Parts: sequence; structure tokens; C-alpha cells
Amino acid sequence: MMKRDEVLKVIHEHRGNAVVVAHFHTAFDMMRVASHPLNYYSVGAMGQASSHGLGLALGLPERKIIVVDGDGSLLMNLGTLVTIAEAAPPNLIHFVGENGVYETNGSHPLPGIGRTDFPAMARAAGFRKVYRIETIADLRTELPEILSQNEPVFCSLMMVEGEQSREDWLYINGPKHRAEFAQGLKAARAASNR
Amino acid sequence: MFEYPGPKGSSITAALKAANIEFVVALPDITTSDGLLWPLSRDPDLKLVRLCKEDEGVSICAGLAVAGKRSVLLMQNTGYLDSVNAIRAIGVEFERPVCMIVGLLSKEPHLKPSESGRYAVRLMEPLIDVMGVERIGIETDDDVAKLAPAIARAFESSKPMVALIERMVRP
Repeated sequence: MMKRDEVLKVIHEHRGNAVVVAHFHTAFDMMRVASHPLNYYSVGAMGQASSHGLGLALGLPERKIIVVDGDGSLLMNLGTLVTIAEAAPPNLIHFVGENGVYETNGSHPLPGIGRTDFPAMARAAGFRKVYRIETIADLRTELPEILSQNEPVFCSLMMVEGEQSREDWLYINGPKHRAEFAQGLKAARAASNR
Repeated sequence: MFEYPGPKGSSITAALKAANIEFVVALPDITTSDGLLWPLSRDPDLKLVRLCKEDEGVSICAGLAVAGKRSVLLMQNTGYLDSVNAIRAIGVEFERPVCMIVGLLSKEPHLKPSESGRYAVRLMEPLIDVMGVERIGIETDDDVAKLAPAIARAFESSKPMVALIERMVRP
């Protein structure tokens, strides 16, 4: 099992100019260990991170979009796997951190824990590039290949909570973050056009 | 009883193009299916994203808007009801220009939405109003003229809007 903050550090090292979409505790960890102007936390409703990611991927085809979802969140929006596979944006990577609990709501266990096979669900939904990673060493090895695919990628990350991060709900849900992301995206696009 | 004809799908499509819409994000709705969604699905100028659930569409439209692309979410009133939390958070609180075209399933043609015997239809206008979302009604082809300006206002103000389709859309 990997610690989430360590996972995020590794993704951050490899992200390049990608947008990274995250929500809840993953967003708080990113603010602490993987801060970046192209971090997108404005998800709003549980389960919606991958759908924001799909919209961003369709609207920004020149840029990789990395979603770092949770297993509980994915359960709230399972149809997203089919919708993403159907739309098939070549620039979308859908990571799902599997910690087996509704962490934000008191860490109660997910239904189906130990029986639910998210990579199998992704394959059945139409993803052809599917990964399951359990160690930081494997993540480092696999990430370059994952990020270089030209079709949607699904990747389960077996993880546990790492070091506690400060929960700044006002920031991730507030106008300051949305304005900062918009400014970051504008600057990144301008830099890409130079 | 005289049946006023509903709006034409071709008029709605023209309004979407006039409003610079590039993406239609949709879950089929019987009010707009034959007259609007099927023709849209064959229109080379518009990109169609087919959904499994309507609240996905709220987020997809928001992501597209952040990327600078204009889209509309086409769905049934029951889909709006199912997506209230996403519309509340992403459209209203996050001020994303999520533009929704919502067919009123089984609305009686001779009644206003507020007079419908269908609770899910009767609920729509007060629900949209209490959420503070701009709405327009499209009952006839003349009403379609309201659509492109309403979409333009949504993007200018970065606020969500709803167009309620009150009669079966004609092909």
C-alpha cells in the first residue's frame, strides 16, 4: 500500500504541464505536497471529478488531464467510466485511489470492499489501457508509459492516508482558487503558444 | 382543442450555433428526441457527448467552460431533478455557465408548466427560481428567439441558465 501524499509527489514529478483534477482530501494533500497553478479543485459535488476531467480533456486537447479520484467518489458516478470510454479523449488519465473508505464522511467502509474490482469495471466499460499499482517503485516505473498513451487510461492506486493535511474547504470551494486556476491556465496556454 | 405546434428542432439548432455552441452534452429526452437530438447527432458542426447520467453533464459542461468552450446540456426535467446538487454546487455556487435545455416530460400541451397535473413538471419553475437560476420557456417556434441571447447572458455573467421545452419539438 502506498501513502497518498507520496503518490501525489510522484505524479507531480511527472506531470509536466498537465492539469490535475482532485477533490476532498486528495486536494488538501496536493495543496501541501504538490501545489501547482494547474491543480483544479473546483469539483463541487462528490463523484464529479472525472466528469470535470472529461470536459477539460475535450476542451483542452493539447494538454494532458490527470484526474486523481477516490474509490468512494467513483462509486457515486460509475457511469463516468462508460461516458469517458465512449468519448475517448486521448489526453485523459483517470487515477482512482483505492483506500476502501468514505474518508471525508468518517472513514466508513465502502460497500463491496474486497470484492469490487475497479480495473475490471474500467475494462468492461471500454478502457483498453488499464493499470493497477501497489507500490511507489512500480508507480515510478509505470508513470511514463501511463502518461504517454494516446487514449483514455484508467489506473487504480492501492493507497492509504498519508500525513494529515490542513482541510481548507473555503479555498477549494471558493472563488480565489477558481480565479487562480483560470490565471494559471491562461499563462500556461500563452507559454505553450510562444 | 387546438394544438399549438411546438418549436422546430432546426430553429433550436440554429440558435445554438448562433450562440457559438460547440458541444452538446446529452441524455435522451423524449420531448426533444426526434426533433432535436437525432438531427444534432448527425450535425457535423456540433460535437455530441452521450451521457450515462445527467449530473455528469453538469460537470462536463463546467470543464468545457473552464477550457473556453461553449456547450449545452440537453436532458429531461427528471434529469434536472436528479442533478440538483451538481447544479447547486457547480452552476450556482461556482458560477459556471452551465446552459441546460430541459424537456418537460408529459406536460399537457394546453396547460402552463405551473398548471400541469404532473408533479415533476409543476415543480420545475419554482425549483429553478428558488435556486436563482435564469430560465426561459420555449413553447412555440417564436420562443426560440430567446435562446441564443439567454445563452450569451449565461456566458457573459458566468451563471447557469435553463430553457424549458414545453412542447414536443418538431423535426
